[in-house]
Amino acid sequence: MNWRRTNVTAPGLHLRRPSLAIRLTHLDHLGLSYAALGRYVPPVSPLLIDQEAAERVARLEIPFNSFGFDPYGISRDAVARAMSVARFLYRHYFTVSVAGMHNVPHHGRAMLIGNHSGGVALDAGIVAAAAFFELDPPRLAQGMAEKFINRVPFFSEWANRTGHFTGLPENAARLLNDDRLLLVFPEGARGTAKLFPERNSLVQFGSGFMRLALETRTPIVPFAFLGGGEAIPTVANAYRLGRLLGLPYIPITPWIAPLPLPVRLHLRLGKPLVFEGTGSEDDEVVAGYVDQVKHTIAGLIREGLETRAAEKRTPRTP
Amino acid sequence: MRVLIPGISGSVGRKVAERLSAAGHQVTGIDRRPWPYPPAGVEVHQVDIRKRAAEEIFRKVRPEAVVHLATVTHLMERSEDRYRINLGGTKAVFDHCNTYGVEHVIFVGRHTYYGAAADAPLYHREEEPPRAIEKFPELADLVAADLYAGSALWRLPGMTTTVLRICYTLGPSGQGTLAKFIRSPRVPLVLGFDPMFQFMHEDDEARAICIALEKRIRGVFNVAGPPPVPLSVIVRQTGRTPIPLPESAWLLMLGHFGFPALSRGALDHIKHPVIMDTVAFRTATGFEVQHDDVHTLHAYRDTFPV
Repeated sequence: MNWRRTNVTAPGLHLRRPSLAIRLTHLDHLGLSYAALGRYVPPVSPLLIDQEAAERVARLEIPFNSFGFDPYGISRDAVARAMSVARFLYRHYFTVSVAGMHNVPHHGRAMLIGNHSGGVALDAGIVAAAAFFELDPPRLAQGMAEKFINRVPFFSEWANRTGHFTGLPENAARLLNDDRLLLVFPEGARGTAKLFPERNSLVQFGSGFMRLALETRTPIVPFAFLGGGEAIPTVANAYRLGRLLGLPYIPITPWIAPLPLPVRLHLRLGKPLVFEGTGSEDDEVVAGYVDQVKHTIAGLIREGLETRAAEKRTPRTP
Repeated sequence: MRVLIPGISGSVGRKVAERLSAAGHQVTGIDRRPWPYPPAGVEVHQVDIRKRAAEEIFRKVRPEAVVHLATVTHLMERSEDRYRINLGGTKAVFDHCNTYGVEHVIFVGRHTYYGAAADAPLYHREEEPPRAIEKFPELADLVAADLYAGSALWRLPGMTTTVLRICYTLGPSGQGTLAKFIRSPRVPLVLGFDPMFQFMHEDDEARAICIALEKRIRGVFNVAGPPPVPLSVIVRQTGRTPIPLPESAWLLMLGHFGFPALSRGALDHIKHPVIMDTVAFRTATGFEVQHDDVHTLHAYRDTFPV
């Protein structure tokens, strides 16, 4: 379905536009309307929704209902809007080089497991954008987030509408059993807290993802993300200020705010890893599997760094 | 079958009674509230479930099944009275059921049992404990009644006990927490939050209770209708205007300007979702809703136009 054409030919189907104030505060319901025909007409504002993002959202394998929501609360419009912004960042602001995208299964459950890079979840946004814009059919990578997200106004709503939920085992298992693509950073908040000199290192991995993968027989696609540390070079983390705002911490950059620089980012995905088991193995066994994943990611980071160094030696021809 | 319905005069009780009576069951009801003109064949006794007269009805009627609906769910009721009815009444019902050899008891509870919290799982399963009661003590009696009813599963093994946790309902009666919340043309929401809400048509709720009775299922079951939608969609689709207010404004308003004096935790119920997994009930009974989300919302809009 071509959303833009729908809008051009049938603008009158937008029955009840909310007031400007509500539009600004509840962005994800911008122009949400249910046509008299009983058919949902996606609102398309040419300024806010990109053509490519709109077309790809329509091809997502997510069961949206007539209001444009899936059973978890993912909103077709919110995804289209978020991906329109992500597309600008992905294609124009940063220059993202992606290698190994073919390793992500086209259908069925899978977990993207990688390293955190950059003080805010910039890496998650770029990986989600890559899965959305590089795969055919596009896939929605759903982040498993820290518990604080649902306490923060707007952020909670926005994250849930675009498919990112609290990283509880119950939520993750349910999404995997529904054959979704999960995006998990086993380093957690420890990983985003890495300072500039530690940017390409790996900190301790949690083991929850591995138990879930074993229990739900989910292939793990390891990936390395490089450049987040250069985009947001964290010199210190303000934990107390963060707590005041209901966040774990605020990364401080040389220019204070964690606003990213338009640098080159590298995303490198490895072959899917499949572990056989039940999810109730001993801790040592699971820790061994987690180490295998961690080593694979460390290897991918090394390869990425080499590729990047080689790229710098031979500058791209204009 | 002889069916006794404590709490028959409420909107759910009436629907269940009409349905069961039409299906050929002999229906008797107990309620403090009157039901002036019940359908033919339905006998209503205006007594308090906790009083001796109620036991007399159990003794005389000797019901084979009991559908316990005599709980107060709306929070406006004075809490002490609420507490006595919800816990004392539930205890009386189960005691009488045990004494007079009732074969099947259905306790109708609410999805609010699970509690709304920022770090709760999105979908709740029957085995989960209640959450965030400390933040919303007004719900504690309903949670306790639910757990007490569930304890009959092991206390009274000879009797079939069904605990149903039913989501919000909407419908032409306009009764129920959600229906009342969205009654006025402008509905206040919490700025920056828009939880997913499960709701079902009140006719479907009555059907679900009747199916639970017919299939004589044993255990605790979540009952909900169509997939959840955001609260703001419910508000808009019923023709209302959402007014998002910052949480600080809400906290100032609770207890003033006609807003109920609820604790802060009440706000969590319009900030965070309480969605239930209903696979167990569907598998056990084959229940399917007859009214979908669009129809239910628009039926409410047409019955209560702005």
